[in-house]
Amino acid sequence: MSSDLTDLYQQVILDHNRRPRNRGRLPTANRVAHGDNPTCGDQCSVYLRLEGDRIADLSFDGSGCAISQASASLMTTLLKGKTAAEAAEIYRQFHEIVTTGHEPEEISDLAAFAGVHAFPARIKCATLGWHAMLNALTDRPETAVTEDSPP
Amino acid sequence: MTTETAWPDVRGDFPTLDQEVNGRRLVYLDNAATTQKPRAVLAALMRFYERDNANVHRGLHALSMRATDDYEGARARVARFINAAAPEEIIFTRGTTEAINLVAASWGGANLRAGDTILLTEMEHHSNLVPWQLVAARTGARLRYIPVNGDEGLLDLAALDRLLTPDVKILAFTHLSNTLGTINPAAELCARARAAGVVTVLDAAQSIGHMPVDVRALGCDFLAFSGHKMAGVTGIGALYGRRALLDAMPPWQGGGGMISHVDFLESRWKPSPERFEAGTPNFADAVALGAACDYLDGLGRAAIQRHDSGLAQLAYDQLGQLPGIRRLGPRGERGGLVSFSFPDVHAHDIVTFADQDGIALRGGHHCNQPLMKKLGLTGTARASFYVYNTAEEIDLLVASLRRTLQFFRGGPA
Repeated sequence: MSSDLTDLYQQVILDHNRRPRNRGRLPTANRVAHGDNPTCGDQCSVYLRLEGDRIADLSFDGSGCAISQASASLMTTLLKGKTAAEAAEIYRQFHEIVTTGHEPEEISDLAAFAGVHAFPARIKCATLGWHAMLNALTDRPETAVTEDSPP
Repeated sequence: MTTETAWPDVRGDFPTLDQEVNGRRLVYLDNAATTQKPRAVLAALMRFYERDNANVHRGLHALSMRATDDYEGARARVARFINAAAPEEIIFTRGTTEAINLVAASWGGANLRAGDTILLTEMEHHSNLVPWQLVAARTGARLRYIPVNGDEGLLDLAALDRLLTPDVKILAFTHLSNTLGTINPAAELCARARAAGVVTVLDAAQSIGHMPVDVRALGCDFLAFSGHKMAGVTGIGALYGRRALLDAMPPWQGGGGMISHVDFLESRWKPSPERFEAGTPNFADAVALGAACDYLDGLGRAAIQRHDSGLAQLAYDQLGQLPGIRRLGPRGERGGLVSFSFPDVHAHDIVTFADQDGIALRGGHHCNQPLMKKLGLTGTARASFYVYNTAEEIDLLVASLRRTLQFFRGGPA
């Protein structure tokens, strides 16, 4: 197994892929948005219960590769109880990690996704659920797409 | 009696294959997407550009006349490759997709009316589906589909009599499914369609470079294919059409090269093939396509089919050892590819892991979204074979997949 590959598929990612957290429709949700990667066929729906500016609860559902599913699962564990601004800041950190490979100064499970940067084609997988979350937060009904349409 | 000769080792003919990927000798199993190009094809392309390059037709100087001869020679070569009655039945296009769009726009636009039916199959690639949706929207025609019988991937031919109603004007279907590996009984389908007065379009993108394709034996009215899936270069393909149909069809694009007379108010068209080749055609890549025909006929297409289908059958059987695998397509005779999936490991993870072992696979819906939806799949991994692949490479694939499954399932490393 190459080291790049074990960096990509960290234990945290495998664990979230095998046992996704907060998976399934959230019955109390008052916001929902969908993400779609047309080339992969990956799909991710994110359900939020917003109370004022705060994410009181959230869940995800969908199908896709280990990276996309684990990323969405981890996201749901990190954002519960956060304000919209805090969620956007956590996404900013996550995006920096997956695009640069720089691990955050604070200890965070987000660091598990640092290996993604060595596989540029997989960045869209890692960010799919997050884009859906951002759309749900801002109540944009359109489907988030983290890639261009296939040829 | 024929003598079975050993399949030649042709890997050395393909410069791209002479490399390592991630420290391993490249195992290229993504041939249904595009094949590698033999040196003879690349040399033909270079020779044309270095010696004969000039714009074709109407040229009165030496290079233009040579280029025209090269281009029209390639047309005649392609005609011979598929046993068309005349070179004029070959229209050069960018590939299969453009060829099907040409038929849909020109034949479909002129002949389809509201209430007419376009008959397709559930296994069509998006390139033989979306052009028909476009012309259906424009003309008011509707789409119907011959069903696929589940994972085995065979067409429900019993449904054909029920589906071939008088409103059906055209039947378009794939010769060889890029996802299932199914080889459809094209001659039978074309014969039944013709008996019902229905025009047929055969998508030969996956069959053209892998098996004998004879348009007159198949009895199709149109046939579309791409050069880059048959050892040719990208950007060139062809539409075959029966002469009588082509002569009755209107142009689909206007410009230079396709007119016999232009006035300020109206113009008159040349006959086929020029009528359908507006603008400067892709003559250099057409010359390379002619060289690809030579290369494949040198190996023999019946022999290529035995080789590719044999590898696919072997892969289908060996992949069956992997726990939890779901394989698509027929158990018996199949084209040179196998699609497969696992319930617990996504196709893109499979492809990423295989790539680390230097093995090129494809993962996803293979431009077959409606079929995937019907089968309850979001995607599959696909191994597709060509003349340079070997049984040893299938062993490498199976070993790589075994390691991937162990990694994701937490078994021994």
